[in-house]
Amino acid sequence: MQAGGKCKEGRLAQGSKDQMAAIAVTRFGLGARPGELTEAAQDPRGWLAAQIVGRGADLGLADSTLSSERVKALRAYQMDRRDTRRAQKDKSGEEVMEAADPVIAARRLIRESASEDFLARARLAATTPAGFRERWALFWCNHFTVSGVKLVTATVVGPFEQEAIRPRVFGRFEDLLIASTAHPGLMLYLDQAQSVGPNSPAAKFLQRRAQARGRGGLNENLAREILELHTVGVAGGYSQEDVTEFARCLTGWSIGGQREPTKAGAFIFREAAHEPGARTVMGKRYGDTGVMQAASVMKDLAASPKTARHLCTKIARHFVSDTPPPTLVAALEKTWMETGGDLTRVALSLVNAPEAWSLEAQKFKTPYEHVVSSYRVIGGRPAAIEHLAVLTTLGQRPFSPPSPKGWPDEAAYWAAPDALIKRMTWVQQFSAVVAPERDPDAMARTALGARLSPTVARAVARAESRPEALSLLLMSPEFLRR
Amino acid sequence: MTRLSPSNGGLSRRSLLTAAGAAGLTISFMGSNADAAADLRGRKMVVIVCRGGMDGLSVSPPVGDPDYAGLRKAIAIPGDAALKLDGTFGLHPALESIHAMAGKGQARIAPAMASPDRARSHFEAQDVLETGAAGVYSTDSGWLNRAVQALRPDGKVQALSVGATAPLILRGKAQAASWSPGAAGEGSPRLPALLTDLYADDPLLAPAFAQGLRTEAMAETATMTASASTSPPAMSGGGVQAFVRQGQNAARGIGRTVAGFMIQPSGPQIVALSAEGFDTHANQGAAQGQLATRLAYLDALVDGLREGLGDSWSETVVVCATEFGRTARVNGTGGTDHGTGSTALLMGGALKSGGIVGDWPTLKANALYEGRDTAPTVDSRALFKGLLRDHMGVDRKALDTLVFPDSVGVAPITGLT
Repeated sequence: MQAGGKCKEGRLAQGSKDQMAAIAVTRFGLGARPGELTEAAQDPRGWLAAQIVGRGADLGLADSTLSSERVKALRAYQMDRRDTRRAQKDKSGEEVMEAADPVIAARRLIRESASEDFLARARLAATTPAGFRERWALFWCNHFTVSGVKLVTATVVGPFEQEAIRPRVFGRFEDLLIASTAHPGLMLYLDQAQSVGPNSPAAKFLQRRAQARGRGGLNENLAREILELHTVGVAGGYSQEDVTEFARCLTGWSIGGQREPTKAGAFIFREAAHEPGARTVMGKRYGDTGVMQAASVMKDLAASPKTARHLCTKIARHFVSDTPPPTLVAALEKTWMETGGDLTRVALSLVNAPEAWSLEAQKFKTPYEHVVSSYRVIGGRPAAIEHLAVLTTLGQRPFSPPSPKGWPDEAAYWAAPDALIKRMTWVQQFSAVVAPERDPDAMARTALGARLSPTVARAVARAESRPEALSLLLMSPEFLRR
Repeated sequence: MTRLSPSNGGLSRRSLLTAAGAAGLTISFMGSNADAAADLRGRKMVVIVCRGGMDGLSVSPPVGDPDYAGLRKAIAIPGDAALKLDGTFGLHPALESIHAMAGKGQARIAPAMASPDRARSHFEAQDVLETGAAGVYSTDSGWLNRAVQALRPDGKVQALSVGATAPLILRGKAQAASWSPGAAGEGSPRLPALLTDLYADDPLLAPAFAQGLRTEAMAETATMTASASTSPPAMSGGGVQAFVRQGQNAARGIGRTVAGFMIQPSGPQIVALSAEGFDTHANQGAAQGQLATRLAYLDALVDGLREGLGDSWSETVVVCATEFGRTARVNGTGGTDHGTGSTALLMGGALKSGGIVGDWPTLKANALYEGRDTAPTVDSRALFKGLLRDHMGVDRKALDTLVFPDSVGVAPITGLT
């Protein structure tokens, strides 16, 4: 598992195992739970490598309802809503109130299912002994962002991560890309399900129907984001025509409706909506192979060196530094290209890269990371979704990244003045509740180990109360970073 | 894989209490206690735990002790500034209301009190003060809670803690209510200043945090209404006088509000509060300064209680105690370090008038504990036992065993009420 690991470790001074353990658990992982640093200190690299498993990341959701079921329920809700609106036009106020009830109930159900999913995910993060595996999974969830800001997607973010992302985070990037793109979650979020080829039989049929005029056209959203965000990147050298051509390839990739019982709410290829003919994307011609046309484009995009550059830079930026060392990016890129985007090998390459173990912690934790690592310090986990409401206050509303680009990863975004004050306020409330029965000096050691600076250790020891001590620890420069 | 199992780190019940407290004056007293109130004939007791190690030599400066000024130098309270109690002791000038009470025989000091353990760690010493045990980590409930159990095993005596979570002193089997004056009151008032220090060399955090604090101070000033729903603001420099006044108003408001609970027919007879910010290692000040501000808040809090209790003040005892005192000598940074004996303040209309409680060991070089601290002459358990027995009616046997375990040898101080 650890090609090259031993010789590189030899270059670090003996006795730095504790430092490496602290880095492994806090930078690669999600923060130390009690005893975790001791465990990792035996063999920090091996501890990380053992978390890389072919079956992928852990599945956190308590409710394993398939996204197709959620999509079906959503569709039913949308039909109810349409009926309700008609009723509002036709009938008197009293009846409208009655008719509105199932809609309100459905909305509540959507919110609740999303809340439960998010709580389950946060609990997994707070309790998992494989923090690196979970961070790696969260990286990919954020890379293929499905945001719950739209009502139609709110209910499927959790299932999307569970079904499309998590099983494949240590597989080949190509498979991850195609599985994500084919999932109803991403198709709903990026408006793919309704995209219809302008010269397809479906478009012609729709054009004949007066009331459907204006609907049933090409939607470029998914194609554009795959190029710009998911693969080659904004500087990937594609043109608007490439976006449009790729969007034409993708037509027909859709979600089964209520009248397609075996496929309802799941991926379906609608031959009739697919734009006929061969396409040219980034200089390469793709024959009309139906559903495989878009898949072929994606395979080539996944294999592109530009994708390797884009993704390896992003991985290095997430794990190591907002301005990652070019040598680290180059090492990851080399592995990526040599292995055809084998994410197991890329993850191992990251673990084995000396640049990833720099003593200076350069990454500022996002609110989610900060809250999760705080729970890990106390060996606890959030008991209810209300305890995560603070994430909204801190600018990271659950399952609601602001754009398809996902949550930003830079300190400049998260370390804003007001955000720091709000973190301090949350930390004080958290500490007031959890600190009284705990030994703050011990928590400081188990949380940060060799990363604990004498200054912060002293401040914690000198605090006048346990809550004050824990507040200082959780707001210390080294705990805010990883 | 035990680490995967759910731990008890859940926040549910307590933080819901916090949320309820922050939303207003939501509070519920368990059970009905109309008859319990009759049992106690309306007697009430308030314990204020002053956290951080309150400096007794500033709270009740022994200005008549010949060694005081020399040991304390710049941070000595000048004799003409202290509010005179007797030939030796005065009160800190910030304690005006308490001094006025003393003038009516309603306030006394125990100038050399300490808990039985000599720990100089805040956490351990607070544990000992609050558990009532003879040493650290020997029990996990508070003596005030066990006193409630002893008074009425049926749970009909009501207790209230102020703050989002129950302080250790009131934690235990007996159900106690809790009320919080608002989320902002929860944190350590020193935290902004301490974090500013921690961030001093951090190019990212230092400027951002400073800016955040400035904005927060502006927002606080803009919304401050000096009502009971605000807490003493953090001291972060600038506009100090206005801040002190606002903090005093807020503290007085909290005192009145808590008193308002206590005078209700089924209100709590026993209340625990915390006052924080007494860990004055640097720049503690003398007649004015950091410590003076904290004492001004404490004075306002107690006076708010007196005002709010009205006629019930005559049936009430308030006691302020701290985990340990501070070094007799000023240190190199204009402050004092963790010490031993300190002053306990006793207030209330139920007190008998009298002089200092316990002996004064003096500050002579050979009288100092370990050559550095006020030597304790009063065991805190003796004082608490005296109040619980004579004022609240807890019997001696329960005091010696249940409330203060294995303390037969520690006799209650008599004649306080």
